Amino acid sequence: MARKTPVRGQMAVLHPMRIRADALPLADRMFNLWTLTALMLAFAAVLIAPAFAQDAAPEKPGVISILLEWTPTLAKGFGFNVLISILSMAIGTAMGVVLGVLQVSPLRPVRSIAWLVTQFFRNSPWLVLLFYCILLIPFQIEVFGTTIPFPGWIKAVLGLSLPVMAYMSEYMRGAILSIPTGQWESAESLGFSRRQIMTDVILPQTVKRVLPSWMNLYAVLTMATPLVSIIGVNDVMALTRAALSAEGRVDLLIPMYLYILSWFFIYCYPISAVTRLLERKYSVKL
Amino acid sequence: MTWTPDQPIVSLRDVHKSFGTVEVLRGITLDVMKGEVICIIGPSGSGKSTLIRCINALNDIQSGSITVEGLEVNDPKLDKLSLRKKVGMVFQQYNLFPHKTVLQNVMMAPIKVLRQNRAEVEARARKLIAKVRLEGKEDAYPGELSGGQQQRVAIARSLAMNPDVMLFDEVTAALDPETVKEVLTTIKDLAADGMTCILVTHEMGFAREIADCVYFTDRGVIVESGPPATFFDNAQDPRTQQFLSQIL
Repeated sequence: MARKTPVRGQMAVLHPMRIRADALPLADRMFNLWTLTALMLAFAAVLIAPAFAQDAAPEKPGVISILLEWTPTLAKGFGFNVLISILSMAIGTAMGVVLGVLQVSPLRPVRSIAWLVTQFFRNSPWLVLLFYCILLIPFQIEVFGTTIPFPGWIKAVLGLSLPVMAYMSEYMRGAILSIPTGQWESAESLGFSRRQIMTDVILPQTVKRVLPSWMNLYAVLTMATPLVSIIGVNDVMALTRAALSAEGRVDLLIPMYLYILSWFFIYCYPISAVTRLLERKYSVKL
Repeated sequence: MTWTPDQPIVSLRDVHKSFGTVEVLRGITLDVMKGEVICIIGPSGSGKSTLIRCINALNDIQSGSITVEGLEVNDPKLDKLSLRKKVGMVFQQYNLFPHKTVLQNVMMAPIKVLRQNRAEVEARARKLIAKVRLEGKEDAYPGELSGGQQQRVAIARSLAMNPDVMLFDEVTAALDPETVKEVLTTIKDLAADGMTCILVTHEMGFAREIADCVYFTDRGVIVESGPPATFFDNAQDPRTQQFLSQIL
């Protein structure tokens, strides 16, 4: 550290305060060898420990072989969770962007209603919203003689998209208001209409600002998808319960739920890691 | 009312403007003829910026009248677009669109607002970029340019709408002394081409050189005005004299 060596006659210099600690590169943070290894060892230990216990009763198959046996079924369920999360996110984002734009409408009634809708859904428990959607939406809708069925999982998608919409609406409102007013003024003086300013100037600039929060929201949503098992959708959670009751073994409970937890972790952790990376990248420059 | 070129292109009559209880403009009257260059100077907070923002209807006024080519700016029924086609404005903070390249910044308004042919607009945009001496920067993003370069892009972007009047709101105030010159040269070129320019500026040397008429505002009124030679060397009002003695 050359800087620390005192030099004769050197004056004390007040270095500018470091506002933020230097961030580690993404790879170091995400795939830190030690944390990951420790995590994997912990998982392995929990999974294997009961398996050793089973040796006392050799006629029963081991825990690991049972997990592997159920893996294709559970994977289908997990795929369903992912599908539900993606659809809810898409619908919720689309509605949320519109609602967020309405929240900054120059028309007071529009602004107030958009605000009310946002606050209502943002402050409702997700599970209650899910139940509400299940009860509110009919099993099927008849349009011009054709029957359009509404299976439970579609209702679940709609139910989960409501809180996504509300959060997205708030993110959008914040991002729109964070764009300097000079952007509005210069676009206005070039003759753009309000709608054009919004779509051509303001909204494209909000993408960067909203992206980290949006991805974080997606991770949270994915972790909330097992809620749909409560309303009778055959997601990974429902299938896990079914598998457990089919096996009828108490010693399977903890390993199997841990197994599912690790799936969610492996799916969601990279998303939150990339989110942190984006947050750092975009927080530097305005 | 139809406007003819022998009438003032911009005309303000007894304009009053308040923000809440603060009266910013207290009876401004001034006329600008086509092709004229006028500079508005004065201490900060004297209403200079508000004055030119009112001309562009970015701020509304409480009483009085502002006309641009016969269009009553403060008329609630006014089609703002017809006004904005005539008046271009350049801001202190450039306000370029950061997500668009230089070329896209210049092309955007003519295509989206005037719905002009893309190829024609592009040819014109490239000429304008060359005119503000930024050839080769067409595909750069504003963030990659210096302040002076950004400000020249902002000027080109405004010119792309073919305005009849250009408003400059302290366009060099955020620039360092070296880059001020390149922006001023661009404005000088414009003025030489016959563009009607209204400038709010702190560059006295520039005002003296370029202006046909200099207006000094203080506390919301025009204290004194005149051609630069008489204004700068022979100011009558004590407030003008005091202001000039402080900055010259």
